[in-house]
Amino acid sequence: MADAPHALSAAELGRRLAAGTLTSRALCEALIARYQTVNETVGAFTYLDQADVLAQADASDARRKAGQGRGPLEGIPVAIKDNIAVKGQPLTCSSKMLAPLVSPYDSHVAERLRAAGAILYGRLNMDEFAMGSSTENSAIRKTFNPWDLARIPGGSSGGSAAALAAGLVPLSLGSDTGGSIRQPASHCGVVGLKPTYGLISRFGLVAFASSLDQIGPMARSIEDCELLLNALSSADARDMTCFGPSDRALTPAGDAKKLRIGIPKGFLGKGVAPEVAAAVNAAVEFYRAQGCAISEVELPSADLAVPTYYVVATAEASSNLGRYDGVRYGHRSASAGTPVEMMTASRSEGFGPEVKRRILLGTFVLSAGYADAYYVRALRARAKIRSEYLAALAGVDVLLTPTVPTPAFKVGEKASDPLQLYLEDIFTIPANLAGLPAISVPCGKSGHLPVGFHLVGAPLSEAKLLAAGRLFEAAHGFAHQQAAL
Amino acid sequence: MSIPPSDWEVVIGLEVHVQLHTRAKVFASSPWGFGKEPNEQVDPVVLGLPGTLPVVNREAVEKSILFGLVVGASVPEHCSWDRKNYFYPDNPKNYQLTQKDFPVVVGGQVEIELPGASRNVMGEHKFIRIHHAHLEEDVGKLSHAGSGSLVDYNRAGVPLLEIVTEPDLRSSAEAEAFLRSLVAMLTQAGVADCDMEKGQLRCDCNVSIRRRGVEKLGTRTETKNLNSISSVRDTVIYETARQIRELEAGRSITQETRGWNAELARGYVLRDKEDAHDYRYFPDPDIPTLKISRETVARLAKLVPENLYDRQRRYVEKLGLPYTAASVLVNDRALAEWFELAVAAHPANPSGIANLVANDLLRDLAASAGTAGAFDESASAPVSLLSCPIKPAQLAGLVKLTDDGVISKQQAKEVFSEMFKSGQDAAVIVDAKGLRQNSDTGELEKIVQEVIADPAVAKSIAEYRAGNEKAINALKGPIMKRTQGKANPVLIDQLLRKFLG
Repeated sequence: MADAPHALSAAELGRRLAAGTLTSRALCEALIARYQTVNETVGAFTYLDQADVLAQADASDARRKAGQGRGPLEGIPVAIKDNIAVKGQPLTCSSKMLAPLVSPYDSHVAERLRAAGAILYGRLNMDEFAMGSSTENSAIRKTFNPWDLARIPGGSSGGSAAALAAGLVPLSLGSDTGGSIRQPASHCGVVGLKPTYGLISRFGLVAFASSLDQIGPMARSIEDCELLLNALSSADARDMTCFGPSDRALTPAGDAKKLRIGIPKGFLGKGVAPEVAAAVNAAVEFYRAQGCAISEVELPSADLAVPTYYVVATAEASSNLGRYDGVRYGHRSASAGTPVEMMTASRSEGFGPEVKRRILLGTFVLSAGYADAYYVRALRARAKIRSEYLAALAGVDVLLTPTVPTPAFKVGEKASDPLQLYLEDIFTIPANLAGLPAISVPCGKSGHLPVGFHLVGAPLSEAKLLAAGRLFEAAHGFAHQQAAL
Repeated sequence: MSIPPSDWEVVIGLEVHVQLHTRAKVFASSPWGFGKEPNEQVDPVVLGLPGTLPVVNREAVEKSILFGLVVGASVPEHCSWDRKNYFYPDNPKNYQLTQKDFPVVVGGQVEIELPGASRNVMGEHKFIRIHHAHLEEDVGKLSHAGSGSLVDYNRAGVPLLEIVTEPDLRSSAEAEAFLRSLVAMLTQAGVADCDMEKGQLRCDCNVSIRRRGVEKLGTRTETKNLNSISSVRDTVIYETARQIRELEAGRSITQETRGWNAELARGYVLRDKEDAHDYRYFPDPDIPTLKISRETVARLAKLVPENLYDRQRRYVEKLGLPYTAASVLVNDRALAEWFELAVAAHPANPSGIANLVANDLLRDLAASAGTAGAFDESASAPVSLLSCPIKPAQLAGLVKLTDDGVISKQQAKEVFSEMFKSGQDAAVIVDAKGLRQNSDTGELEKIVQEVIADPAVAKSIAEYRAGNEKAINALKGPIMKRTQGKANPVLIDQLLRKFLG
C-alpha cells in the first residue's frame, strides 16, 4: 500500500516515471480507481473526465518515449480548483450561476502545466466564488475533511486540500484571497503556499477580490510544493499585475538554521485552541534549537486586518461578480421580462446566500456617501498594515503564527454565524492585504485533526519560506501524511 | 428657432467621445473596425468571460497623449483607471473601465474660428479650454427585435477618448466651430478618424443660461449621445430657447439628463437628478497606475502636426495667400502638405499654386472619386490624394511655365486637365499640343512692325493714338493669326505700345 501510486509524492512519482518503472497511464489509472472508491466519501472533485485524463497520460508517455519529456512534472496529475480556467473543462466556481459554463480558453497556469507535461486532472470543489472557509458554500456538493468525515476541510480551496489528504492526487492548485489555500491546508494536514502578489499570473483565475487573489501550489510535502511553484511562475503579459518570477523567490535560500523568526506579540492569545498553541510553540522551540534567532515583533494594527479585509474584498467582489448576469453565459432565469429584469432574476437565482451577502456588503461600502467612511478608510488601514508588516520583516526573515486558531470544526457548526467563520482567517488575511508570500506547514495534531503553522515573509521570499518548512518537515513525520480511508 | 433676447447668455460645455484610431481594442487584443458581422470582433476579454483581465493598449494611450500634446495640455506623470459600475446588457462586465481621478490629458485649449461675414472674410478666433480628456472603453450595442433583445459586442472595448471642455462656449455657432476645429486636429494628428456616420464621434452637450453680466452659472441640463455636429447645434438652439421660455414664464430649470430626437428636432427628458446613478467608482485593481515616461512624451511630441490656424496664418502672412484659399488648404493636412511640396518646387508663386490646388485639383479629385462636391470644410471626408495622378512638383512645373510666359493662364487650365488625365509633365503636354508661346522678341518685333504697316489697321492705330486704349486690341488679332495663336500676349502688348508710343 505504501508503494501504491496514490501514496507517493510527486517527486517520487517523477523519479519512477523517469526510470520507466511507472507510466503516466498506470499512474492515472490507479488514481482514477481510487477516485471511484474515495471521492464519493470525501467529495473533493466536482468533475473528472477520465477519458481525457487517460488521453493526456498516453500523450505524456509517448513524449517521454520519444525523448521529448518536458521536465519533472511530465506525466504527473495536477488537480485544479474550479475557479481556474482550463479549456474545454467546466468553470463553475461551485456556483449555480456558472454551472453550465465550459471554459473556451486556458488560464496562464493551465498553459504552464501543459508546457511542463503535467496532466490537467479534474476540477476541485470550493466555496462558491471562493467565498468561505469551509467549502460548505459550494452549490454543487459537500466536501468533507478526510481526517474526520464529520468535519469541514476548510476553504475556500477545500477540494484542493481534501484531494491531497485523501490521496486522490499528488498535487493541486488552489487560490487564496484571505487564506483560502493555507487554512484548508492546515485543516487537512498538507502544505499550501500563497505566493507574493504578482508572482503567478491571475489570467484565467475567476476574480473574487483582484487585489488580493493569488493562485498557489498545494502538496503533501515542501519538495512537491516547490516543484509545482516553479512550474507556475512566469511572466505573463495578459496580467498587468504579474511581474513573474525572480531569482530571489525561486532560488535556494541558503541555511535555514540561520533564519531570524519573528513571533507577533499577542497572536497566540487570540482564541487559539490550547492544542494548536502547543503545536505551534513546539515548532518555535524546534527552530530555536536549530539555531534560529527567535524574537517577538509588534504588529499594532493587526486587529484591523479582518474588518479591513471584509471591506476591500467585498467591494472588489461586488464589482467583479457584476458580469454574471445571464446575458452572455452562465445561468439565465427562465422568467421573461426586459433585459434588466432578466439580469436581476438570473442573479437572484444563480448566487448563493454567502455570495449575495458579500455583494450587498461590497455594494454598500462603495456607495456614494459611504465610500469614504468604509472603502477609502479600509484602503488606509490596508496601507498601514502593509507598512507594519514590511517594517517587521526588515528585522526578521519570517513571521511565525498558527495558520488557523482552531482545528477543523464540524460540518454545519458555524454555518449560522458568518462572523465567527470570518475569524478562521484572522492569521492569514494580513499576507493578502500586504501582498506577502505565506505558507502553511503541517506541525502536529489536535487529537486526530491536523494543525499547521504559518510563515509570512517579505515580498519574493518564497525560497526562505520553503527552506524553513523543509527544515521542520525533515525532522518531523508530517510530510506525505494521508488520512486512512 | 428663436434667437435669444440679448439679455440672456448661453453657457455651453461639451463632452466629446471620440473612438481612437487604433488596431486593437483598448484593453484587449481583439481588432475592431466598421462593417463586420455582429459579435465577430470579440474575444474572451471583450466578452468579460470569467478569469479574463484587461491589458492597457499602449497605442491607445499614446494616441491620447498625442491629443494632449496637440491641444497643448500637460501630460501627467501617471494616469490610472477606475471602474464605473452599472448594470446594462451592452456592458459586458457590468462595469466600464474609465479614468475618474487621474486622466491621461489635463488642460489644453482648442482654437476655433467663427464664420466670417462672407466666405472670403475670416471670422473671429477664440480659444476654448479643455478641462481634461480620459481614456475609456466603449460599450456594445443593444437592439430590440420582436419580443427579444439582441446585443452586439463588436463596439465593446473600442478605445474612447472623452474630451471634456470648460464651459467656455457661448453660442451654437461656437459649439459648431469648436467641433469642426477639434475634428480637424484629431484627424490631422492621426488620433482619430471622427467619422460621424460610423458613430466615431458622439457628444454630450451641457447647456445653461444666465442673465448677461451675471457671474453665477445657471442650472444646466445635459443632452446625451448627439452623433452629429448639426445635432449639437440644433440642441443648443432648442435648449437655449426652452430654458429662456421656462425662466421667463417664472419657472425654474431642472437639472436633468435629456435626449435628442433629430428627426423631430426636439429634446426630451431621459431622467432627472433624483434618478442619477450611483456608479460606485473605485480604482481598478487589475490595472496598475501607468507611468508616462518623458521619453514617450518627447517621442510623441515630434508627431504633433502644425496647428491648423498657425498654418492658416502662415499661408496668409508669409506666403501671401488669400484667406479663402488658405482656409480650404489647411482643413486637410495631406492637401496642405501636398501644396507645400509644390511650393518648395516653385517658391516664386504660392498663390498661383494655391489657386490651382484649391480650385482645379480639388474639383477634379472629387469628380474622379465620383463624389463631386464631397469636399466639405468639416474635413470629415477629405478627398484622397493617394489617387491623385499629378505630383506636387508637376503642378509647380505648370505654374512655372505660366509664370515664365511660356503658356497663358487660360492655356494652363487646359494643360492642367490634360495632366490630370495622363499624369504627364506640363512641358510634355505643352510641346505635344504645340502650345508653347512665341516669346522670341526679334521674331515678334518683325511681325508687329509688318502688321502696323498694314493699311487695314491704320484706323485702329489712329484711334489708339487719339487716346482709345481698347483700339490696340484690334491689332492683336492679326498678330495672333500670323503666329498661329502662339505669340506671348504680354510680349505683344509691350511691343505694340513700344512701336505705337
